[in-house]
Amino acid sequence: MDYFAQQLINGLVLGSIYGLIAIGYTMVYGIVGMINFAHGDIFMIGGFIALISFLVLVSLGLTAIPFILLVVLLVSMAITALYGWTVERIAYRPLRHSFRLAPMLSAIGMSFVLTNFSQIAQGARVKPVPPIITGGYTLHEGASGFNVQISNMQIIVVLVTIVLLTLFTWLVSRTRLGRDMRACEQDQTMAALLGVDVDRTISMTFVTGAALAAVAGMMYLLYYGQVDFFMGFVAGIKAFTAAVLGGIGSLPGAVLGGLAIGLIETFWSAYFSVEYKDVAAFSILIVVLIFMPTGLLGRPEVEKV
Amino acid sequence: MSATKARPSHAAQPLGSASILKKASISALVALVLFSLMIGVRTEAGPQGGLIYWTRFGELAAMVAAVFGGSIVIELLRQWWGPVDKDRVVPKPVQAAFAFVGRWLAPALLVFTFLVPVIFYDQRYILDLAILVLTYVMLGWGLNVVVGLAGLLDLGYVAFYAVGAYSYALLATNFGLSFWVCLPLAGILAAFWGILLGFPVLRLRGDYLAIVTLAFGEIIRLVIINWQSLTGGPNGVSGIPRPTLFGIPLTAGDDGLAARLGIEFSPTHRVVFLFYVILALALLTNWVTIRLRRLPIGRAWEALREDEVACRALGINTTTTKLTAFATGAMFGGFAGAFFATRQGFISPESFTFQESALVLAIVVLGGMGSQLGVALAALTMIGGFELFRGFDQYRMLVFGVAMVLLMIWRPRGLIGHRSPTVFLERNQAISSDLVKEGHG
Repeated sequence: MDYFAQQLINGLVLGSIYGLIAIGYTMVYGIVGMINFAHGDIFMIGGFIALISFLVLVSLGLTAIPFILLVVLLVSMAITALYGWTVERIAYRPLRHSFRLAPMLSAIGMSFVLTNFSQIAQGARVKPVPPIITGGYTLHEGASGFNVQISNMQIIVVLVTIVLLTLFTWLVSRTRLGRDMRACEQDQTMAALLGVDVDRTISMTFVTGAALAAVAGMMYLLYYGQVDFFMGFVAGIKAFTAAVLGGIGSLPGAVLGGLAIGLIETFWSAYFSVEYKDVAAFSILIVVLIFMPTGLLGRPEVEKV
Repeated sequence: MSATKARPSHAAQPLGSASILKKASISALVALVLFSLMIGVRTEAGPQGGLIYWTRFGELAAMVAAVFGGSIVIELLRQWWGPVDKDRVVPKPVQAAFAFVGRWLAPALLVFTFLVPVIFYDQRYILDLAILVLTYVMLGWGLNVVVGLAGLLDLGYVAFYAVGAYSYALLATNFGLSFWVCLPLAGILAAFWGILLGFPVLRLRGDYLAIVTLAFGEIIRLVIINWQSLTGGPNGVSGIPRPTLFGIPLTAGDDGLAARLGIEFSPTHRVVFLFYVILALALLTNWVTIRLRRLPIGRAWEALREDEVACRALGINTTTTKLTAFATGAMFGGFAGAFFATRQGFISPESFTFQESALVLAIVVLGGMGSQLGVALAALTMIGGFELFRGFDQYRMLVFGVAMVLLMIWRPRGLIGHRSPTVFLERNQAISSDLVKEGHG
């Protein structure tokens, strides 16, 4: 039971990170109808920028950890958002009215560009960071010496996810930008006729998605204590799985799917085998698409001729 | 950076030099922010395990300057070229020349390919490269059935390549079966996996299909890595036997081909033999594809690519049509995999990553999705282009990615040509299917 509770906590934390990435996929898919294949690499870039800005700030002589982390968060969100904007501008916008497969292939190309760019710019080796946020609480002391623990870092990851999700839900449902996004999602031509700047709205979708991915990247860096240039690929596929599982196009669905994938992966590693945890996650993607193509919270897609 | 079809009015009017400079400055500014940390600061794990960093402002400045200059050049090129979708008038003689080249290119290329081992007999490097190119031509033609003809985006094609390679490697090393027995077996096994994958994905639309095939490719690779007792895990399978000429090995021994023919043994014989094996396999793929395209099933594939809903309305069984496309493509992938295993003599999961899938897909797309000659030329360009970057290995995939993006922007329908359906009505309908997007009809 204790072991189960511990895995539940670990799974929720991992799921929060996947959920943050999945939001970027689900929003872009909802509005543009394409899989932003490079989104996983945007997440990786976010992790790198958090790492580098942290190093620079520390070497400048700053010691107040909360202040540093706040600055790192803002810097990595801002720069990664610019990456998202640039990717959309260069690789997707010219293909808005092209044939179906073109944006997908362009996105795969962009994913290679980002992966190899960071490999060349920052080297192929794994970058470790010492634990920055330490300490935690023991929730339950088991009889056999196994304690259920929750670390401060895990609390922060979950809290940040909840705060960002609230902010983001507010953004989509209450602000002008959110209304534009929803309008574009329903019908781009009609939205344009009613005075919505479609290009700008799509750009902003990429920017906000990338900013959330940057937060996920930073959380990953702090939680796992390392980044490398290849981490975006697998994380990206899993987050996309989460988005599909939750029902693509649905924001709560993305987070729900993220949590589900995180839990499944953690429990699979804990009770079955660590080696096959990715196989389990990918198999779920296939199974979900067979039996529930619309996901948990998605709307059925009507095919028009 | 964005004079696109969406806003032809902006693209049509030439920009003044001031606005070009302004655009370039904005690009440079964006580049400065993007690269400030990623290039300006280099991190590395230090000797004590901690992280160290050093600054590289020189490189940063160079990159920003390059973006500034490149932006100006692109803008000038764009003005010189004019709007993307303008109809260009090609002079009559040039058209005639194109038609002539188009008619004679394929036979000439075929004859040249047959003569490659004769011309380059002494140049082992070129022979090896030619075998590699032909392997990718075959893979491209195989994937072309799935992507180019049936219009199903398959991002996990490398899985079938892997199934073929491991089928041959394991059957040969464990049971001592010969290459020629294993080749059809590898194809059948790969086709079986293709059907297995095909079943779940039948109901999926384009993008979902792409991701599921990608996941499938990764699953196969992860299983190969982790099932150590069967596949040897990351260490791979080594000591895979070489193919024989109807039981006659191409070795230096007494029963070898050279001894029997009474000529002096040379290791090049085997390379030449392998060259003709892969050439035969590739031509078989091509021949089968061309024949299939004239059968009802091939017509059904093309119809499926153009419009799935219309296909169903016409009574075409989309399920079997998709399944046969997957199985046929997978079978050729399996053949190519078996050949790869026997040529290398050693296989490991590293050869079957997503990058391979993307490379083959890029070949098919570059070749114009459905054009057989286009795919062959694209494979030659791609693999040849990769060879140019030998020695700059780390920049290879970067350039590949950039090329893929640029190609999609410039010629989304492929560089070499677009294969239109084999049969179509003389009079076109009012709205072509390209203009009707799903959900926007």
